[in-house]
Amino acid sequence: MSDEKVNVVWLGSPTFPNAAHDALRDGQLRRNLKHATTTIRDKRLRAVAELDDWETLRLAGSQIKDRVMRHLDEYLLRLEASVTAAGGVVHWAEDADAANRIVIELVRAKGADEVVKIKSMATQEIGLNEALAADGVTATETDLAELIVQLAGDRPSHILVPAIHRNRTEIRDIFRREMGKYGVAAPDDLTDEPRVLAEAARLHLREKFLRAKVAVSGANFACADTGTVAVVESEGNGRMCLTLPETLITVMGIEKVLPAFADLEVFLQLLPRSSTAERMNPYTSLWTGVTPGDGPQEFHLILLDNGRSATLADRQGRSALHCIRCSACLNVCPVYERTGGRSYGSVYPGPIGAVLTPQLVGVGTSKHADSLPFASTLCGACYDACPVRIDIPEMLVHLRAKVVDAHRGEKLPAPEALAMKAARVVFGSPRRLAVAERLGALGGRIAGIRGGRWLPGPAKKWTAARDVPVPPRESFRTWWRKAGRR
Amino acid sequence: MTGSAAKDRILADIRSALHDVPRAERAEDVAVTRDYLDSHATGDVVGLFVERVRDYRATVTRVPEAEVPAEIARILAERGVRNLVVPPGFPREWLTAYDGSRLTDDPPLTAAELDASDGVVTLAARGVALTGTIVLDAGPGQGRRALSLVPDLHLCVVRTSQVLPDVPAAVRALVPDRPTTFISGPSATSDIELDRVEGVHGPRTLDVLLVVDS
Repeated sequence: MSDEKVNVVWLGSPTFPNAAHDALRDGQLRRNLKHATTTIRDKRLRAVAELDDWETLRLAGSQIKDRVMRHLDEYLLRLEASVTAAGGVVHWAEDADAANRIVIELVRAKGADEVVKIKSMATQEIGLNEALAADGVTATETDLAELIVQLAGDRPSHILVPAIHRNRTEIRDIFRREMGKYGVAAPDDLTDEPRVLAEAARLHLREKFLRAKVAVSGANFACADTGTVAVVESEGNGRMCLTLPETLITVMGIEKVLPAFADLEVFLQLLPRSSTAERMNPYTSLWTGVTPGDGPQEFHLILLDNGRSATLADRQGRSALHCIRCSACLNVCPVYERTGGRSYGSVYPGPIGAVLTPQLVGVGTSKHADSLPFASTLCGACYDACPVRIDIPEMLVHLRAKVVDAHRGEKLPAPEALAMKAARVVFGSPRRLAVAERLGALGGRIAGIRGGRWLPGPAKKWTAARDVPVPPRESFRTWWRKAGRR
Repeated sequence: MTGSAAKDRILADIRSALHDVPRAERAEDVAVTRDYLDSHATGDVVGLFVERVRDYRATVTRVPEAEVPAEIARILAERGVRNLVVPPGFPREWLTAYDGSRLTDDPPLTAAELDASDGVVTLAARGVALTGTIVLDAGPGQGRRALSLVPDLHLCVVRTSQVLPDVPAAVRALVPDRPTTFISGPSATSDIELDRVEGVHGPRTLDVLLVVDS
């Protein structure tokens, strides 16, 4: 794994099956997740059912994204021209290191030693906070959930609600313990009422908003024709960051560009109902370059590749880039609901993470990322929920094949490769198959005597969770021979 | 500059990744079927707007134009607003019944001054009925974005003639180069156990005064 991609997957993460084992033993985590995903699932269904033409909107969303991906170079150039004409500055970053360097230079040029941040998947992906810290700049996450994660020294577990793995009591304890170390402390009488916790966050962050000189954001959409950038949020922390500081730095994955401002009419219907399951999220900010006398007078847009152009090269994997980060697929996924986001060991968890993460880092480069396409039952709920119709189940199967191909020729073949090789030998000749069948029947009799339903050796893992059907006492061939004699 | 080398490399990588896209294909050749509905709102659009704004736990009061000054004064008094931010272009005649002090944005108020105020009164650019959304675009009487953000109470005056049925109509009516904010209820978070709580960083109170145009 190359250094510049360390934050798409977290360094040293165990493979999914190992991480999931630990997560599954955590009863509190499972209760928190079940409560949260069930709540949001039901709400989303109601929000979506209100629109009769939901399927038509999904189709339009998916087609617009398809158009963008097939002509991404053109749209990026058009976006650059529009943003520049509106008074913004566009930067291009091939990888995480390059993007972080650009941000650090811009912050230094302003003489700032702190920045306020809007929740952004792109800046998490590049490990911006850590890079800024290494350079002596403090980055404060201002989204409530991100603040909880940051104060706890924790890792996010969900795209939309990164602290979904924490319940209110845990959050109260984190606020009591940590807030005072970084600014305004939590009040002594802090309870675990969500309203009271939100109020504590408001007080803690307000002084930071009022004095911040530089803000860093991501982008939900950027319109190539007008240069307009959109940030969709709930709390108003986004508006604070986009409005009060003198300088705004937006880090945006290159796939977030939309052809036209008019396309917002589709995505502003699809995104809120799919993510927070609301008719509309509380605040959506649209800005175009710099407006004299209103908001930041310096605007920088960093266009980030970091594995995206490589992802584009796989025709069957390309549409993972259509993702608008709504997180609906996480909330409906039976695997996510039980293991939580941190088991995926990536900033992109859940079904979309299972297809996006291995592609961004490159299939075959990380044992951990390669385990993700297998973290699925292929039930298809994610495809049904996806507002831009990404066929995640099909892509998972495609990526599983790619992972297996990437590991072909390794010195120690994987157990399933050995099993398949053995199967080829056995099925290759009728005589060998007959011998195998007799052995199977014998094994069946032994198993029958012992009452066991397990397999020995490496296959033990498989039977730990499943019953092996007891092989019949005689094979079809044997039966046929006997029947023929009669 | 390293930036332009990076740009060239990224564009080259994208072009080589898209080797399967025929050279002659134009972006417009990729079909986009736009037969989704222009509006999901049926019947009384203004009534729907009122209902949907209230769903977010914002208040809505419908008044004829002649009663606007008295109604503004009543709401501000009830909310205990004595120190009101008034953006440039807000109709003076609508504040004749309000007897508290006014903060005008000329010269621009500092963030700390805005923070010390009790509330702000603004006009709006549009309303969206289906989603209960108010759209501000920094036009006259709305002020720059910080004015409607930092104070803890936002009293927004919307005319019934400004209410559009649904999101597509609103997007089509916008002027892209204006800084635009869609406001749907007071600020809120669902970050704690996905339980919605109103009031985080933006105004915790949103009062809408809907002026009935004749």
